[in-house]
Amino acid sequence: MTALLQTQGLTAFYGDAQALFGIDFQVDQGEMVAIIGANGAGKSTFMKAVTGLVKVQPSHILWQGRAIGGLPAYEIVKRGIALVPEGRRLFPSLSVEENLLMGACAERTGVWNLSRVYQLFPILQEKRLQASTSLSGGQQQMVAIGRALMSNPALLLCDELSLGLAPIVIKEIYSAMPRICAEGMTVVMVEQDVSKAREVSSRLYCFQEGTVSLQGVSSTLTTEQISQAYFGLPDKQEAAQP
Amino acid sequence: MMDTLMQTLVQGVLLGGLYCLFALGLSLMYGVMRLTNTAQGDFILLGSFSAVACIAALNWLAPDSPWLPLLLSPLLLLIAFGVGFVLQRQVLNRVLGKDPLPSLVVTFGLSIVIQNLLLEFFSADPRSIETGGLNIASVQLPGGWAVGVLPLLVLGLALAATYGLQWMFDHTALGRSFRAVSDDLEIAQLMGLNAKRVYAYATGISFMLITVAGVLQGMRTTVSPSDGPMLLLFAFESVIIGGMGSFKGTLIGALLLGVTQQMGFLFDPGWGIWFGHSVFLLLLLVRPQGLFPKTVG
Repeated sequence: MTALLQTQGLTAFYGDAQALFGIDFQVDQGEMVAIIGANGAGKSTFMKAVTGLVKVQPSHILWQGRAIGGLPAYEIVKRGIALVPEGRRLFPSLSVEENLLMGACAERTGVWNLSRVYQLFPILQEKRLQASTSLSGGQQQMVAIGRALMSNPALLLCDELSLGLAPIVIKEIYSAMPRICAEGMTVVMVEQDVSKAREVSSRLYCFQEGTVSLQGVSSTLTTEQISQAYFGLPDKQEAAQP
Repeated sequence: MMDTLMQTLVQGVLLGGLYCLFALGLSLMYGVMRLTNTAQGDFILLGSFSAVACIAALNWLAPDSPWLPLLLSPLLLLIAFGVGFVLQRQVLNRVLGKDPLPSLVVTFGLSIVIQNLLLEFFSADPRSIETGGLNIASVQLPGGWAVGVLPLLVLGLALAATYGLQWMFDHTALGRSFRAVSDDLEIAQLMGLNAKRVYAYATGISFMLITVAGVLQGMRTTVSPSDGPMLLLFAFESVIIGGMGSFKGTLIGALLLGVTQQMGFLFDPGWGIWFGHSVFLLLLLVRPQGLFPKTVG
């Protein structure tokens, strides 16, 4: 079976600096995979590379076996990869509902539409005509997730859902995940909170300085392994052992 | 005295309507893609001269059909949209980026090319568009006032264009795309929007407005190939007074500029334009962001 998404020796630059040094990554249909790593480990650049915001070699990224690296972002979303970007990045001059409707620009059909998103996050229906900037951080994150779902993706990438949110709000956001995955959605999430990442994911990758320092089944990785891979060791070869 | 002031005010508002049409295309392109079209004035003239040429051709082909020019205007608008669309896709999209300089240089170059092409084809003689007397027709108002029909028409079109654009921005999918690419280019593309295509639509619409402005300018007065920079200046001043990215601001900025110029003309026939510039500079000093700024960055 071909992986849904696979990267092979993915290298990428962020500005002039190289940010990714040969990432091998794979996610299969229906999986929930987490990526952890310290600041500057290349997690966000990886997300941007997969979604077409950072230019990469075509063969470095395979989507259902086909090379999609370096395609423009608006082509990649049409193939079924949606991103909930770091920091939410709603369109400030658009209302809540208009932000959600932007997600439908990819013109993919599927189960997600406005009413399904409002079912998932009822508060958004109440505030649908408000300016997106008037919402709380958690509600803005709901809009960002809903906006990504509106494109009916096969793969949902979430970059730091919990960034800047209160623990209770984070819990609320994550409680929506099972309902999102119920339809067989595949999810890759970047998460700063390691315990959260282990809790929600089936498999886990740890990035360090642009390489994969650890990968494995979330429940079998020990805390010690993770902290070594996360913070790095004097001898990097050792850290790369899963 | 009161009467004269009121008359001046009315004339200023009517003139402002024309300036508004000069400026809306500039405002639209800047608002959507932060591109300053320094060839705006010359494209307006290109619109005027295209109409002049079309009417001349029609008169030659079918001399006795005064209604043909009216039938022609939708076609001219369609062509204008196409020219704008193609210009954006083939030329301007290549020079857009964080640095505003390349696009300034390219539109400045276009301005010189258009000026010289017009000079080559039409000579330096001033031309105007035959209106069949519309340009001197007027309506009588109570109190012995008279207002020109054409200027009223121009003002009406300016209001309609301003509110039409604003409505399109607020209520249509295309308008939503315009706001989205203006807000956050990266995320807009993540949503599946091809920004370069969205830009091309904006420029197409902008060129339709430019053509309307050009035809009206040719109907109202005479046009000559070297007028472009002056028209650009009025358009620029209107947009900046009103604040970048706001159509309502552009309309009010244009009306203010029109009224100011007419007030200047009242003092001394040589003062009008200069008066407008001074008020513009003064406003830049006290409120550099304009009256109703919307676009940031």
